[in-house]
Amino acid sequence: MPDVATTVPKSAPGEHHLTQHKFGDHAFKWLTLFMALSVFALIGLIGYELAHGSTLALKKFGWRFLVSSDWDPVSEQFGALPFIFGTLVSSLIALVIAVPLSVASAVFLTEMAPRWLRQPLTIFIELLSAVPSVILGLWGIFVMVPWLRVHLFPWLKSTLGFLPLFQGPIYGVSMLAGGIILAIMIIPIITSVSREIIRSVPGLQREAAYALGATRWEVTRIAVLSYAKKGLFGATILGLGRALGETMAVTMVIGNRPEIAKSLFAPGYTLASVVANEFTEATTDLYLHALFELGLVLLGVTILVNALAQLLLKTLGGPGVKGQR
Amino acid sequence: MNTSKLFALAAGALVAFAGLTQAAEPLLINGAGSTFDLPAFSKWFDAYAKLDPNTRFNYQSIGSGGGQRQLLNETVDFGASDAPMTDEAMAKGPGKILHLPVVAGGVAIIYNLPGNPKLKLDGATLADIFLGKVAKWNDARIAALNPGVKLPDMEIIVVHRSDGSGTTFIFTDYLSSVSPAWKSQVGKDVSVKWPTGLGGKGSEGVAGQVKQLPGAIGYAELAYANQNKMPYADVKNAAGSFVSPSPESVSAALATATIPDDFRFSMVNPPGEKAYPIAGASWILVYQHQKKADHGEKLAGFLKWAVTEGQKLSAQLDYAPLPENVQQRVLKLVGTIKY
Repeated sequence: MPDVATTVPKSAPGEHHLTQHKFGDHAFKWLTLFMALSVFALIGLIGYELAHGSTLALKKFGWRFLVSSDWDPVSEQFGALPFIFGTLVSSLIALVIAVPLSVASAVFLTEMAPRWLRQPLTIFIELLSAVPSVILGLWGIFVMVPWLRVHLFPWLKSTLGFLPLFQGPIYGVSMLAGGIILAIMIIPIITSVSREIIRSVPGLQREAAYALGATRWEVTRIAVLSYAKKGLFGATILGLGRALGETMAVTMVIGNRPEIAKSLFAPGYTLASVVANEFTEATTDLYLHALFELGLVLLGVTILVNALAQLLLKTLGGPGVKGQR
Repeated sequence: MNTSKLFALAAGALVAFAGLTQAAEPLLINGAGSTFDLPAFSKWFDAYAKLDPNTRFNYQSIGSGGGQRQLLNETVDFGASDAPMTDEAMAKGPGKILHLPVVAGGVAIIYNLPGNPKLKLDGATLADIFLGKVAKWNDARIAALNPGVKLPDMEIIVVHRSDGSGTTFIFTDYLSSVSPAWKSQVGKDVSVKWPTGLGGKGSEGVAGQVKQLPGAIGYAELAYANQNKMPYADVKNAAGSFVSPSPESVSAALATATIPDDFRFSMVNPPGEKAYPIAGASWILVYQHQKKADHGEKLAGFLKWAVTEGQKLSAQLDYAPLPENVQQRVLKLVGTIKY
């Protein structure tokens, strides 16, 4: 970004009007800089508070906390590994389900839907994000999980049962159920961001492709999706961010078992869920500090995943959100 | 639980409104802690407000651990907990902390079997079910306790609370008292390392999963099992008889439990013939020396009422009222509060 000062013509002495102008620009620059940095400060403060609240656990367990699978409040042995695993796997499942659905919906809404259908459909998808997490969780227990247990899971087991992912007993509540409820929660955000991005693909791109005799599918694939892929990736990361930290709905359907299982039908547990579950009743200091450390780990995992995503984004070609101005 | 929370919130809003409109500012007593106590407290605060319009209560049901911490930080006038505080925790407070038992509740063993037969279970078998050692419903040990009941050849699916809970404390306290294996492998706490099974969030999570999964077994406080019309087991008590959970059988447990003078007791597996063995008390925690005289006076007045008159309201909510002899002993302890 060019320095603001250099874009403003140098004011000659006595030209009062222009100096004022320059002052306003400067003030605005500093104001926005302050606002932007305050976000950094906020994250730093959260990190500091979490580290401060977990000193006892940090001291006692050290790095072992990250690789230990033990979570035993009675004998005060704590480790985060099954929760880290659960957080990453459930979020990954959510992305695998939500991204194709969301991008396809966004393409349909912008490229194909008749005008009268666009608005109602958009509203419906965005309505999904207005459902409170705890309500979604209760719906999950009483409607979704029984359906999954009776219909979808047995079918998955009989068709894909040769994979270790789909073996073992079916309880309904499971890592897969957790991933599915997360997918439902992140579909609205990925869809609406994707829709904005696809909408911002210049019409010239499409026209050019059509002029070359491309079919609608080819236009969508080459001129639209390929052009927008960086932005779509960004939308996915936004959804992933939500999925990593989601608590209530997941807790209610994931089975809450701190275990690393091969099967997606087995119950799992996430970092956010265990904090939500055990924080209010934690009585001893070390226990409380271990829960705080889980919060710190969650912050770390989120930052790490986002950083990796940014790196991956750099390797993708084509203009991204930035290039579409 | 959610509706009662909403109710408490509405009550809080009303209280705030009443406070605005009244000329004389009523004294506000703050409390925090156990969610298990909230229905009883809401009812008591409401009834007590009619007796003493100058005292108002504000209770945040943030969980027993939260209640203990807030009391230690002196941000509340009283805490409430489903598990007694340890010596170590109490030593962190600026003064002597009193444990006043105010309600007791039973934990029902709920299950889901075809035909909903009435089951009888004993402690050792129950512990081994939750340890994962007894894994099938037609296990010889369950069959021996239930002659004449047709038990299916079905996996037992254990469901437990995933959130920290006083109900879990009572249940694991009971299992520790009847099974040495449980005591050494798992132990008792508001959250434990469960050897097997699925975790459900809240009573509604446990009940929901037990209801849906054929072959499931879980535990929930009696009021919850009753409201959901779920079948629950009769449990063999220390005297050798099978007893169904009810406010009466929990009261019987309280009456025969050994209760020390500081009231930090566990009432699981008491000797009484009619006592239900999986029961526990919940405590109000207060400092013996109240820093604010007016708060102390009002609080003591309320506590005296709650352990006597208030107990008559408990049974409607499926809590066990304190037996007469326990009421008298608690009253004496309330009498030692200085302000």
